[in-house]
Amino acid sequence: MNWILNNVSTITDATWAHVWLALPAIVLSFVVAIPVAWFASRFRRSRFTLLLVAGLIYAIPSLPLFIVLPLILGTSVRSLVNVVAALGLYGVALMVRYAADALDAVSTDALLAATAMGYGPLRRFFGVQLPLAGPALLAGLRVVAVSTVSLVPVSALLGVNSLGMLLTDGFQRGILAEVASGIGATVVVAVAVDLGLVGLGRLLMPWERAAARRDARRTTVEDEQAVAA
Amino acid sequence: MIEFRNVSKSYDDGTLAVSDLSLIAASHEITVLVGSSGCGKTTLLRMVNRLVTPTSGQVLIDDVDVADRNPVELRRSIGYVMQNSGLLPHRTTVDNIATVPVLQGTPAREARQRAVDLMETVGLDPSMARRYPWQLSGGQQQRVGVARGLAADPNILLMDEPFGAVDPIVRADLQRELLRIQGELGKTILFVTHDIAEAITLGDKIVIVATGGRIAQQGTPEEIMADPADDFVTSFLGLDEARALHVSGRLVVDPTGRPVGRLA
Ligand SMILES: Nc1ncnc2c1ncn2[C@@H]1O[C@H](COP(=O)(O)OP(=O)(O)O)[C@@H](O)[C@H]1O
Ligand SMILES: [Mg+2]
Repeated sequence: MNWILNNVSTITDATWAHVWLALPAIVLSFVVAIPVAWFASRFRRSRFTLLLVAGLIYAIPSLPLFIVLPLILGTSVRSLVNVVAALGLYGVALMVRYAADALDAVSTDALLAATAMGYGPLRRFFGVQLPLAGPALLAGLRVVAVSTVSLVPVSALLGVNSLGMLLTDGFQRGILAEVASGIGATVVVAVAVDLGLVGLGRLLMPWERAAARRDARRTTVEDEQAVAA
Repeated sequence: MIEFRNVSKSYDDGTLAVSDLSLIAASHEITVLVGSSGCGKTTLLRMVNRLVTPTSGQVLIDDVDVADRNPVELRRSIGYVMQNSGLLPHRTTVDNIATVPVLQGTPAREARQRAVDLMETVGLDPSMARRYPWQLSGGQQQRVGVARGLAADPNILLMDEPFGAVDPIVRADLQRELLRIQGELGKTILFVTHDIAEAITLGDKIVIVATGGRIAQQGTPEEIMADPADDFVTSFLGLDEARALHVSGRLVVDPTGRPVGRLA
């Protein structure tokens, strides 16, 4: 406990550093995965290959990737760009499948209606398909976000500051409180990011909020009926 | 005026949906395409707004081949109402109705105001304006669908079994409203249904389509009922001997003696 009280600023700094590695990587994952997923869902024959490649990327061990990626990007191993790019790559690999499924699952009736009313392809994508895929995209992005937050600490092995530093340092020096606070703070960051995404989803998808209330009500009514029966 | 000139459509899998069909739908009239499921009605309707491209032949609107028009512009100029309303689930009633005007560049405020007016035209309570489609009944959704089709004030309205999924009482209601609206607006309406009773109620002209997208007979409801062209039409109209009705007292009964109606 003493260690924690004496090192509050170290923990806060590491937490912020952690957040600032995770957030750009999460945003990057989403922004890159959407066009790839669009391509996979639009050109059905490319789907299998794209998802296969995504699966292979996800299977690359993380530490070697952190070390090899700078050779491709021309950055230094410890550069934040390198870390964000590596995290983003995993994020994209994970997100592409969720996003392709989400876009595919949008009701063909709604898409047909949009086309029939005179939506051009681009407008239809951003105005109809993307928002309607929203809930499924959000579900995928939440998985990606938590996975990214818990992958960040690996970068500590390269000497990049994040909550991972508390783990490596704590292990080396045998300070249990430091390790525990590293783990605890990572969990807090993951939960906070997840809640943030859920909040963002509510804000951007008001029609879903109403539908969720309906579903909740319906379930309660059904439960009550089940109990009564 | 909508003219189909020797149109055929065979889909990629080889299905011949429409074969060499010619037809004229007059302006300011309701032309009903009626036929059993799978006979090519939807295919025909979608040729008009270029959702389907004919394999051969042409579709002309006021003597202009639709193939020569920009598909997006063309679609914005034609109202389209489909079964299960096809409303956008993430838009409220007013925003659904305002969709096409907004696409055409009408300021959102103005388009919404007009949408509220249109709600009244189709008999929707203004309190529905802010609801999402799932918060409406099937009949109300179809009314929104009709209002949306009318929103850009198109000359042509394509309606694909718009009342097919609602119960008979609501359907009769919607049919009455459509006739009232048509009396005021005089659109050129191409209406698809598999329900011959609906065709007779709504059609200025009825086109009976047989499987394979072939016209079995066309004419006014009176002409067709009075003089069915062949056995297929007779049976489709329910006029064949096996279904002939008789009067028994004040009841109308079918050949097995079941009551199906009452004399006025
Ligand atoms: N996209 C498509 N691909 C292949 N066959 C189709 C397609 N759309 C319709 N069909 C076939 O074409 C025929 C006519 O369909 P449709 O025009 O939808 O008939 P209707 O509206 O009268 O029920 C049917 O046999 C249907 O299965
Ligand atoms: Mg159909």
